[in-house]
Amino acid sequence: MPRYPAPPNAPAKVRVVTLRIDGQDIGAREDESVLDVAAEHDIRIPTLCYLDGLSTWGGCRMCMVEIAGSPKLLPACSTQVAEGMEITTNSDKLKNYRRMILELLFAERNHVCSVCVSNGHCDLQDLAVECGMDFVRVPYRNAPYEIDSSHDLFRVDHNRCVLCTRCVRVCDEIEGAHTWDIMGRGVECQVITDLNTPWGESDSCTGCGKCVQVCPTGALVKKGTAAGEMEKRDDFLPYLTQMRGNR
Amino acid sequence: MSLEELQKIAAAAKVKAESYEHHVHVCMAASCQSCGAADIKTQLTETVKENGAEADIWVKGVGCMGLCSAGPLVRVESPADESEYLYQKVGTEDVSELYASIDGNPVERMRCQTEIPFFARQQKIVLENSGRIDPEQIDDYIAEGGYTSLVRALTGMSPQEVLREVSDSGLRGRGGGGYPAGLKWATVARSPAPVKYVICNADEGDPGAFMDRAVLESDPHRILEGMALAAYAVGAEYGYIYIRAEYPLAVERLKKAIRQATRHGFLGRQICETPFSFEIEIRLGAGAFVCGEETALISSIEGQRGQPSPRPPYPADEGLWDCPTLINNVETLANVPAIVREGGEWFQSIGTEKSTGTKVFALAGRIAHTGLIEVPMGITLREIIEEIGGGIPEGRKFKAVQTGGPSGGCLPEENLDMPVEYDTLRAAGSIMGSGGMIVMDETSSMVDVARYFMDFCMTESCGKCVPCRAGTFQMHGLLTKIARGEATAADLQLLEELCDVVRDTSLCGLGQTAPNPVVSTLRYFRHEYEEKLKTDSTDLEIVAS
Repeated sequence: MPRYPAPPNAPAKVRVVTLRIDGQDIGAREDESVLDVAAEHDIRIPTLCYLDGLSTWGGCRMCMVEIAGSPKLLPACSTQVAEGMEITTNSDKLKNYRRMILELLFAERNHVCSVCVSNGHCDLQDLAVECGMDFVRVPYRNAPYEIDSSHDLFRVDHNRCVLCTRCVRVCDEIEGAHTWDIMGRGVECQVITDLNTPWGESDSCTGCGKCVQVCPTGALVKKGTAAGEMEKRDDFLPYLTQMRGNR
Repeated sequence: MSLEELQKIAAAAKVKAESYEHHVHVCMAASCQSCGAADIKTQLTETVKENGAEADIWVKGVGCMGLCSAGPLVRVESPADESEYLYQKVGTEDVSELYASIDGNPVERMRCQTEIPFFARQQKIVLENSGRIDPEQIDDYIAEGGYTSLVRALTGMSPQEVLREVSDSGLRGRGGGGYPAGLKWATVARSPAPVKYVICNADEGDPGAFMDRAVLESDPHRILEGMALAAYAVGAEYGYIYIRAEYPLAVERLKKAIRQATRHGFLGRQICETPFSFEIEIRLGAGAFVCGEETALISSIEGQRGQPSPRPPYPADEGLWDCPTLINNVETLANVPAIVREGGEWFQSIGTEKSTGTKVFALAGRIAHTGLIEVPMGITLREIIEEIGGGIPEGRKFKAVQTGGPSGGCLPEENLDMPVEYDTLRAAGSIMGSGGMIVMDETSSMVDVARYFMDFCMTESCGKCVPCRAGTFQMHGLLTKIARGEATAADLQLLEELCDVVRDTSLCGLGQTAPNPVVSTLRYFRHEYEEKLKTDSTDLEIVAS
């Protein structure tokens, strides 16, 4: 099967476009995403599955923004900027939608903050505070999920997983092991190691712990942490990808 | 293969056909086969052999004749006296009687009237050979003018001319979205990339829809010719047919058709002694509905998990293995040979201004004639249901018609006089969809209907994006609660809010359209929801606050 050859390295000249985000006039490179440009100008757009240094997934739908002239809402993480765009990131409608998405996430699995090792250091919790989600109107699913403690150093608690696939992506793209993946469909989806073998028995896992550090919630944690003790560090990622890109 | 050689094959096939006094066509599509059509054909062939009439009577397996509810169907044609009798619900015990009637009077007890509107009101383009030719014989297809469009295009037209015919025809995607085919083709054709692909989307998954299956089973060469023409127009050399594994008969016939077409030189290297080469490979879907969505379909072909990815980039720019890829539905591609043969203007004259041509519908549900029909666009729903479909059986009253499967909506009586077009259907809260049409009578509960489709979307959600994965689950839960009579007005309000969130924030078409059955039933049959709500004092307070 012939493959289309990869395009030569980024073109020497990238056009600069002007656009407007929340009323602020901004100039940006044409090849940047709305999310990157907004972050550069200190305009906060909530995200959950997005992580600087990993490929864009576009699954959490928290970063949806309104673009004048487009009938649909678009995800800021996977929408490129264009000349003359007028973007709204925090209308009442968007705020409502974000709150509802968080409610759906909280009701989907068993996110019990008070006993969670990530309590106080959790992206999901922070988002709920930021978006003012103080009450879940939809009924909780209360589905039983297992905890896999078979690994020597780490533990996976599916009760806390939001299926952002950061672990899948970091393992595949950065570590190169592709230990993690997803199985099942719809609400039955679950992250798995290898072909759904216990993590401790995984042949491909190198034990590097990158998945634990990028996990936004208390789903992947270091063993031996008590409630509120699990702090994560994902700031190594952009440096790592940049260093590799320069090589 | 030149035009003369093609005509020679066609002439030989005609001579063969004319040498028989009687033609007996037995429907060998999946629906009739499930009621024993294969046995009937075997027995008929044996009876003919026993009586030494092989030279006079030609027993031929053909594709779908349309009236699936009356299967197995057998048609006896006698070209000499121009008689044609269609028999319905034929059993193996009827074979000897049927054989005896070929030379004598027709068997009245099994006869199916062909003057009824079901047959008379149809206009066939996609299904023109369906039920007439043997889908397993390439010569049969050639005899009906098959592959002439391809040979003519390759030897006498430039790719741009083929593209222009398709653009002029106004053909719109028949898979559901209704995107103009000419525009899609032009985008792929414009790209300077050295490698491009053509994909035929045969992952038909809407409940109650079987249009693509019938086309693939009845006239597989038509799809190959359509794909080859598309490949020529856009500059692709490689094609895939992505077909669901639940259609084993269609897969088998496609494989056979690809082998025959390659042997005849319609596929492969240097087709018709021109520099144009085109090969087709079949890929089987493993039963995920979402793989009908084009980006998920591409992931699946690539060997990845069948999950959609954000568009743009559109497949026409960056598709299969990052190459420009043209994805068209089975029915869209089946129209192409006819468009190239008769010209875009001819196609444009059929149907309405914005929705040209014909559309194949699979009629199902509470309707007298269940089956496959092809009608010009712009026909009213009333004509389809009451005339062609024969109305609602058992004297019941019509209540709603569901078009477009789980992405579509339910339309009530007052919309029946609306013309069937992409835009009018959308304005009324439904969609054209791929062509499923389910008729419901007064005994159907619209809450149950909405719940059924939500159950479908919930189990078929791939789980990638939150609103579709968790939202459809919650909506299904709320609909179940309403159906059981346990819900309150606050639940209904929450359901409506969820509809908005799931529609506006989901990643792909499956999620974005999943609320449609709920939204449309709420729009036209809101009282049915409200009748089921609990109204005790505490709930009223919540609503008031």
